[in-house]
Amino acid sequence: MAQPELMDFDQALEMFEPVVGFEVHVELSTATKMFSDAPNPAAMDEAQIAPNTCITPLCLGLPGSLPVVNKKAVEYSISLGLALGCDIASVSRFARKNYYYPDLAKNYQISQYDEPIAFEGSVSVELDDGTLVDVPIERAHMEEDAGKLTHVGGATGRIQGAEYSLVDYNRAGVPLVEIVTKPIEGSEHRAGELGRAYVSTIRDMVRSLGISHARMERGNLRCDANVSLRPRGEKAYGTRTETKNVNSFRSIERAVRYEIQRQAHILASGGTITQETRHWHEDTGVTSPGRPKSDADDYRYFPEPDLLPVEATPELVESLRAQLPEQPVELRRRLRTEWAFSDVDFQAIVNAGLLSEMQETVALGVSATAARKWWMGELSRIANDRGVEPGSLATAEGIKGLQHLIDQGRLNDKLARTVLLAMVDGEGSPEEIVAARGLEVVSDDGALIAAIDEALAADPGVLDKIREGKVQAAGAIIGAVMKAMRGSADAARVRELIIERAHQSS
Amino acid sequence: MSDLISMRASAASKALQDGSISSVELTQAHLDRMDATEGSLGAFLARSSSALDAAAAIDQRRAAGESLPTLAGVPIAIKDVLCTTDMVTTAGSRILEGWTPPYDATVVSKLREAGMVALGKTNMDEFAMGSSTERSGYHPTHNPWDPSVAPGGSGGGSAAAVAAQQAPLAIGSDTGGSIRQPASFTGTVGVKPTYGGVSRYGVIALASSLDQVGPVSRTVLDSALLHDVIAGHDPRDATSIPTPWASMAAAAERGSSAESLSGVRVGVVSELVGEGISAAVRQRFDEAVELLTAQGAEVIEVNLPHCEYAVAAYYLILPAEASSNLAKFDSVRFGLRVTPEGNPTVEEVMSATRDAGFGDEVKRRIILGTYALSAGYYDAYYGSAQKVRTLIQQDFAQAFEKVDVLISPSTPTTAFPLGAKMDDPLAMWAGDVTTIPVNLAGIPGMSLPMGLSAEDGLPVGLQLMAPAYQDARLYELGATIERLFEERDGYLVSERVPEVK
Amino acid sequence: MPDMTPEAIRHLASLSRIALSDEEITRLSGELPAIVSAVEAVQKVAGDDVVPTSHPIPLGNVFRDDVVGTPLTTEQALEGAPDHDGSRFRVSAILGEEQ
Repeated sequence: MAQPELMDFDQALEMFEPVVGFEVHVELSTATKMFSDAPNPAAMDEAQIAPNTCITPLCLGLPGSLPVVNKKAVEYSISLGLALGCDIASVSRFARKNYYYPDLAKNYQISQYDEPIAFEGSVSVELDDGTLVDVPIERAHMEEDAGKLTHVGGATGRIQGAEYSLVDYNRAGVPLVEIVTKPIEGSEHRAGELGRAYVSTIRDMVRSLGISHARMERGNLRCDANVSLRPRGEKAYGTRTETKNVNSFRSIERAVRYEIQRQAHILASGGTITQETRHWHEDTGVTSPGRPKSDADDYRYFPEPDLLPVEATPELVESLRAQLPEQPVELRRRLRTEWAFSDVDFQAIVNAGLLSEMQETVALGVSATAARKWWMGELSRIANDRGVEPGSLATAEGIKGLQHLIDQGRLNDKLARTVLLAMVDGEGSPEEIVAARGLEVVSDDGALIAAIDEALAADPGVLDKIREGKVQAAGAIIGAVMKAMRGSADAARVRELIIERAHQSS
Repeated sequence: MSDLISMRASAASKALQDGSISSVELTQAHLDRMDATEGSLGAFLARSSSALDAAAAIDQRRAAGESLPTLAGVPIAIKDVLCTTDMVTTAGSRILEGWTPPYDATVVSKLREAGMVALGKTNMDEFAMGSSTERSGYHPTHNPWDPSVAPGGSGGGSAAAVAAQQAPLAIGSDTGGSIRQPASFTGTVGVKPTYGGVSRYGVIALASSLDQVGPVSRTVLDSALLHDVIAGHDPRDATSIPTPWASMAAAAERGSSAESLSGVRVGVVSELVGEGISAAVRQRFDEAVELLTAQGAEVIEVNLPHCEYAVAAYYLILPAEASSNLAKFDSVRFGLRVTPEGNPTVEEVMSATRDAGFGDEVKRRIILGTYALSAGYYDAYYGSAQKVRTLIQQDFAQAFEKVDVLISPSTPTTAFPLGAKMDDPLAMWAGDVTTIPVNLAGIPGMSLPMGLSAEDGLPVGLQLMAPAYQDARLYELGATIERLFEERDGYLVSERVPEVK
Repeated sequence: MPDMTPEAIRHLASLSRIALSDEEITRLSGELPAIVSAVEAVQKVAGDDVVPTSHPIPLGNVFRDDVVGTPLTTEQALEGAPDHDGSRFRVSAILGEEQ
């Protein structure tokens, strides 16, 4: 595929003003699906769930099956609407969005059309340098997710060239809230950064509300980025493209930037932008065209006859409002103070999209300093190497377990890093790994003395040096012992034992 | 044996309870009747292989002294639009040929819990779209009164089965008249409950805002007894009415022992007794009105001014909802799959399957419905039809301020010959003019026989309509009227069906 | 009625995933214009002041508690399937893109 040409980013911004919008889909973590009492995979911890095991007749669109609304999903949706600063509709209705696709069991999606549950809101988003931007929210509405397709036989595992496809309906019917922003003007060079910060804020918000696990790598939180350019000085918006498959914070920023550059080149060369859905490729850093928008996108919306209107009473709305956690900006202010990090260090955590992880880890009893060491240190390093988000590599529980072993003296720093890597690779909990691999710090004097004796046999002069006051000579023995015991020796105890030995012999 | 199959369900229930007959005998008699008459009738699409087992189990439980529900041990036929785990379910369509659902409709579960014995699944117009059962994907059903005429539709199988004594009771479904019109054509009783009165869970959907399941029988009391079994709130159907229902059987008992009709206000819908109604039907209807008046009822004319738009509204709302409800039949998860030659895409497989599996009427309505919902057309078609619905509801509400019950002929004509209306969809649709307004409004309606046509000797049905939630009123008045007819004529039309060869 | 042309019908058939034959399209283009004319009558009375009814019996706030029921087994789910691999449904290659 020939790479489209790109205009230099700064030049693009001189000529054009980017207008961006974001659609975020949040999978709710209710116990059951949106319209059926099938178990909800988005609430489960397992990364892999056997296909077609979370199925009721409605999930397959079996003839005669009927939807019934999940009350908890409605409550979660209202809470999210409130957190987004929206008005909550006193009456909202479901509508059928009709189209054919093998992952859509009924060949219509039950969604909301012109009567969404929440509308007209605003979210305060903090950019990397602390600048606050108010992102206007058009609406948030309830709908159901579709199943998952696996394409077999093609070169890339994508649709093009596949021989056949397999369908798993576990995800079909998972409750979704779709959040749509209004077009955002004025973000200029920072449009991509704004997108990233906005999605990160939404992620923190839903996790803090307790309504979604929001693991982007599992599709619990999905983002589509809309980008259009308008020539400086003009009023009318340009034609926009919608880019899907932006599965990480990094992708959002890169994809927005890419689209600005791609569109700028086309417009500057006298071309026009095709209104279409595009697909982001993280590996190659480009967007590729999907199907152009056409008549086939006539969804023939009509009110869902099988479901009755949702009447959100003021009592319900106010009781949910009273239970809202802090807004992101207040929360950050509080945590910054509590954790006592410098502004720069705290901001780095926010920019890395690790605020929720940090907060959850500290809430489990780990010190902020230790939590930061793991999340911003080792996990970020591994994540960077692997090209994934650090949040996808571990859980707050796991970090708590790891730190606990260090606090107990059973692991030193080096061993802990080994255990962490094993956790990331899915070998189990810290306890399980330590047991399976025998990685504990050895504090048993007998074993240590045996290793010390061996090391001293090879370098007997050390004891004399120590007696002469050159205590640092012990270092060579400690090193040899650590090496012989593959880092599992309690270094401090080894040092004590060596010095004891030195003074015994005199 | 002929005694057993001519028994009313109410009588059979008593005989079973007092031990003078067994369910096995009763069931066997009906199975034998099916063997003898199915060749010429074609009322069934599938037969239960476990009917006698179910009957035997009920007999055992009764012998052991267990107290059983009223209709336990009574056989019943079920329209093939309801899902049954033990019988193939097709909705009369080839696209579901051989499909066995993994779950029972709520109504089916209720029938089983009530100890009733399912004989089989009855024939119907494909996906309930039709008024003659000729559009079944399998074979037509013949009217027991005259095999060359239609039994009505879409529930012609259930009505014919009951009329021909293959079953004392049947379950039907009614979206625009599919219980009431066949009842009228076959001289039986049929009721469409208030929308939401009976669960739609497990009922293959045609038009979600219009469909209702209801009883089919030979007497008003029999329908009432069945109505009591199947009605009630179902948490699996969000549109089902939460408030509990009083007993319809009790209402029917009250009605059949009522001394007179004084104090009962009856409204004749003037729009439904005019020029579209045949002279023979009008004659029997006028006699019925005389009978009511003679018994002390106050009979006045009422208007439903927007009635003339009802058929148009219906044939926009139904196709629109159906076009969406039938999208699930796409070859992927169940049902027919037709794979064209070469390397077809899934879209091509879907399209080939639906063209092969759906009949003409279904395709016609899907195209029309898709059109009615299209961008740019919604307001003019579907949107406008939903407004007509509001106006018709208002018309009924105003009428019910003046009267307790509304009446009209159930159908404009008697049963038409098979094949007569197959070339003209609009002519077929026009026959629903009397029944459709009831579904649009969501109110309950009943058809019971009011005599035979002087012209062709075929049954003529009287339609009763009541306000929403007042289904009991239909049974009470219906039972009285039925008794009056029986006293006048010396027999019930439903028990005078000619011999079926 | 200008709109129910054979091209329009072809388009509607494509939207509804029905591979109508030429003969079927011809027949429908004979029937549907008259039908559309007949049903258009609704426009005469559907004034702006009339509220549409989508549910004949007004009910509201019908919900279910967030409690898991009894799901189908995978075998039950796949039982009616024309083609499957023991755990998932199988379909031919897909032409269109996800929504």
